[in-house]
Amino acid sequence: MVSFVLILLTSLFFTGIVVRTKSTTSGRKGPGIFQPLKDVFRLWKKGSVYSQTTSLIFRIAPSIYISSVLMAILMIPHGNHPGLISFDGDFVMFAYILALGKFLMIVSALDTGSSFEGMGAAREALYSMLAEPAFFVLMGSFALFTEETSFHGIFSALHYGSSVSYMLGALAAFVFIFIAMIENSRMPVDDPKTHLELTMVHEVMVLDNSGFDLGLITYTSHLKFALYGAIISNFFIGSMSYLFSIPVFFCAQICFAVAVGVIESFMARFRLGHNPQFIFILTSVSSLIFFGVLLVMGKFI
Amino acid sequence: MDQLLFEVFNLVAIFTILSIPFLNTKARGILTLSVTGVLTVISSLLAVSVFINGPVEISYSGSWVTGEIPVRIDYLSAWFILTISFTFFTGGWYGFSYMQKYRDQTDNITMHLIAFLLLFTSLIDLCTIQNSLMLLIVWEIMALSSFIVIIFEHDKKETLKAGMNYLIQSHICILFLTMAFMWVKIKTGSFDFLAITKFTSTQPALAGIGLFVFFFFGFGIKAGFVPFHTWLPLAHPAAPAHISGIMSGVIIKIGIYGILRVLTLIETNMITIGYFILTFAVITGIYGVMLAIVQHNLKKLLAYHSIENIGIIGIGIGLGCLGLGYESQILAVAGFGGALLHTLNHSLFKSLLFFGAGNVYLIKHTLNIEALGGLIKRMPHTAYLFLIGSLAICGLPPFNGFVSEFFIYSGLFKGLSSDLFLFILAMLFSILALVIIGGLALICFTKAFGIVFLGEGRTETGDRKPETGEGRNVRPLYLIAAAIVLVGLFPFLLTWPLTKTIGLYLPQTAPESYAQIQELLGTLTRVGWYSLGFAALSALIYFLRTWLVANRQQNTDTTWGCGYTGDPAKMQYTASSFIRTYRKLAEPMLFIKKHKKDAISLYPDQVERETHPGDWIEVLLIDKPLLFSRRFLRRFGFLQNGNIQAYILYGFIFISLAVLLPLIIGKIEILIEFLNHL
Repeated sequence: MVSFVLILLTSLFFTGIVVRTKSTTSGRKGPGIFQPLKDVFRLWKKGSVYSQTTSLIFRIAPSIYISSVLMAILMIPHGNHPGLISFDGDFVMFAYILALGKFLMIVSALDTGSSFEGMGAAREALYSMLAEPAFFVLMGSFALFTEETSFHGIFSALHYGSSVSYMLGALAAFVFIFIAMIENSRMPVDDPKTHLELTMVHEVMVLDNSGFDLGLITYTSHLKFALYGAIISNFFIGSMSYLFSIPVFFCAQICFAVAVGVIESFMARFRLGHNPQFIFILTSVSSLIFFGVLLVMGKFI
Repeated sequence: MDQLLFEVFNLVAIFTILSIPFLNTKARGILTLSVTGVLTVISSLLAVSVFINGPVEISYSGSWVTGEIPVRIDYLSAWFILTISFTFFTGGWYGFSYMQKYRDQTDNITMHLIAFLLLFTSLIDLCTIQNSLMLLIVWEIMALSSFIVIIFEHDKKETLKAGMNYLIQSHICILFLTMAFMWVKIKTGSFDFLAITKFTSTQPALAGIGLFVFFFFGFGIKAGFVPFHTWLPLAHPAAPAHISGIMSGVIIKIGIYGILRVLTLIETNMITIGYFILTFAVITGIYGVMLAIVQHNLKKLLAYHSIENIGIIGIGIGLGCLGLGYESQILAVAGFGGALLHTLNHSLFKSLLFFGAGNVYLIKHTLNIEALGGLIKRMPHTAYLFLIGSLAICGLPPFNGFVSEFFIYSGLFKGLSSDLFLFILAMLFSILALVIIGGLALICFTKAFGIVFLGEGRTETGDRKPETGEGRNVRPLYLIAAAIVLVGLFPFLLTWPLTKTIGLYLPQTAPESYAQIQELLGTLTRVGWYSLGFAALSALIYFLRTWLVANRQQNTDTTWGCGYTGDPAKMQYTASSFIRTYRKLAEPMLFIKKHKKDAISLYPDQVERETHPGDWIEVLLIDKPLLFSRRFLRRFGFLQNGNIQAYILYGFIFISLAVLLPLIIGKIEILIEFLNHL
């Protein structure tokens, strides 16, 4: 419950910090950190335009998308306080629930019969397919390391051990930051501010969404950021009491947001053809973590 | 009671088959449909009774050739009988409306109906008979009757070709099985399946593994494990839709049944067998889905997905064997349980998808994905049902595919806590395989559903009003969809028969691990509840949204075309372009024949692009050897020169050889004897 409330709170200002960081690094004053939230509220008040080609799928997809992310958030623990939903193998359901939301968004992009949206849909499907093994291998490494098979078990067992677990945490945080960038279609993979449809990934998928639905989609991407931030913060919280864990949580989230902003300011987007190679790197880094864990545990041959 | 049910089942089938030729076409259809219903009820009763009262053993005296014929119906048989019956019932029902447009082909229909009933009966009997000779005979009946139902449209050349391919490969499968059974028969002198246990427990482990490899190849051809899968993508598109659904749903599953049955009997080194199956399964799963994505024919795409799902089932079986080998009950339960559940689940969603494809064919008369589009407006029921099937086959919650994949996943992650490096590595690769399969399936079905049903129609040619309305063709599909949702949300309904079936592999389950097993099943139940919660949450948010935007201004307009105002249907994304990035990535591993004509010079002609996805395993394993043997045999082509004198000469040579050879051999023998005396 704690983590659910905390993640919802974070989602309110996370993107604001990213935007603010970007404007600071480029020497602008920039909007307030609640501006992205205000944009979402403005969208929620608007009417909408639908394409003649679309069907019910197009109208229902954003709702399922946001509920898939909410459901995934419910599974995230806060240190050794389990999430509302916690069971053995919950991270499998976590990944598959998120995939369901993605499936419907891809299909709803194809529902418009547009010449551009299929492009974004194809890329989104491919990139998330390529990013998924990294997540599973990483969770597998932690399952190997802690002999636990749930988010809560893994995160609470992670900190009884030596300093090795912190090193693992740092490496895993690196992988997770980039998984989060891919899942949210951020800079090295996709540029959310680009003006050319041919090079977009996520933005081109929602070209025909408007009004309330667009607000839902935008807010969902805020939620998704906060969700991955919460997972990253869990690598460092461990069994602290709330007095310490909550500041650490926000600290980790803000660091993550600033990191995203800095990456976006100083990195150029990859050529689209090179994205799969980049995403493969994540899987190989997580395989390295896996074999590292095997070495540490003395199980390597 | 159970014996009575078993005998009534076979007798009803035989009498119906005998009476079909004496009826008119309409009565034949109705009779087949109602008898399929009756047979389904009888066989389900039999299976349920086995689950309640325990396994049944019936013994028939048989003839002096076969020896005693034991019929044993245990939990494994009952599980498969339930799966087969349900699919045949929905398949028969769907086929009844699907075949309306072929009503005038009277003889053809008669053959089809007889073969259909024969197929149903033989499949159920295959799950129960435990005499190897009788099994081979029934297997042959099954193979022949399925051949006949596949080549229903035998006036088409491709159909006949695919049918012949299927027939030959079925017989290679029978060849392997015969060799395996002969081996056991020669060593033990018995046709009874129990002889397999006797044989393998007395012989060294290597003999047991060798025997298993024979069985695996035999049953693997039927199941469609790579590299024995080549018949599947040919036979599925050729058959009528209801047969494709049944074939993918249960006929290939009889191969899985065979492997599972042999595993209950064989006593050998399970670890080797586990790694063996796991290797095949991982390759099968990934190869199947990789090829599925690049297919342009909807049914062929679904056929490759059957191969992929056989891979997932195989991963489950492999994990189960490793669990048995390393004496870890929890792994055995997760593995075999996942495999059994996925067998059932796959039969549900795959038949749903094939029937959906059948409805598309009825209206559009083509299955070429590139030519379809926008069908959700013409056939909304089929479209939403197909969506449910697509979500289920991708293993997404809250549908049934997720339940079985989750079961296998939890076993694989539990396996990571082992101390053996090789075993951990196997688990890692299996997890990776399942994840990659899941991700690729997502690409594949967003393509299949999105391009076929969404957007605007891509071509208008071949459009005709369907003879029957959509309403009649979708009723059986709703039944299957209900089963899919039911299994997805309430998996605890199945845990009771499932634990009984898994119990066959764990004769002496220790009580403390029993708690672990209960925990695993409990987790499954909770997953179901959470899926229900998720569905409720989505519904809540959707209704909230609808209520909030009810009074807002809502306009409709054309899809945004970036300034382009011409025909938007022509500018749509196509299936080929949707998967282009993937194809570029996977091209080194696939075999794609491309043909393109680029735009050259100032006034270019029409630009052309063609891709034909091939299957390099088929090329290497079937096409190339066939080509070589044909080239070799052609060297003897001069013998068949059409010259009557030459043929008489051959006859003369043959007769003289037949007469003279014994004489010459006799002379040589005398000569040798003479030389020996020297």
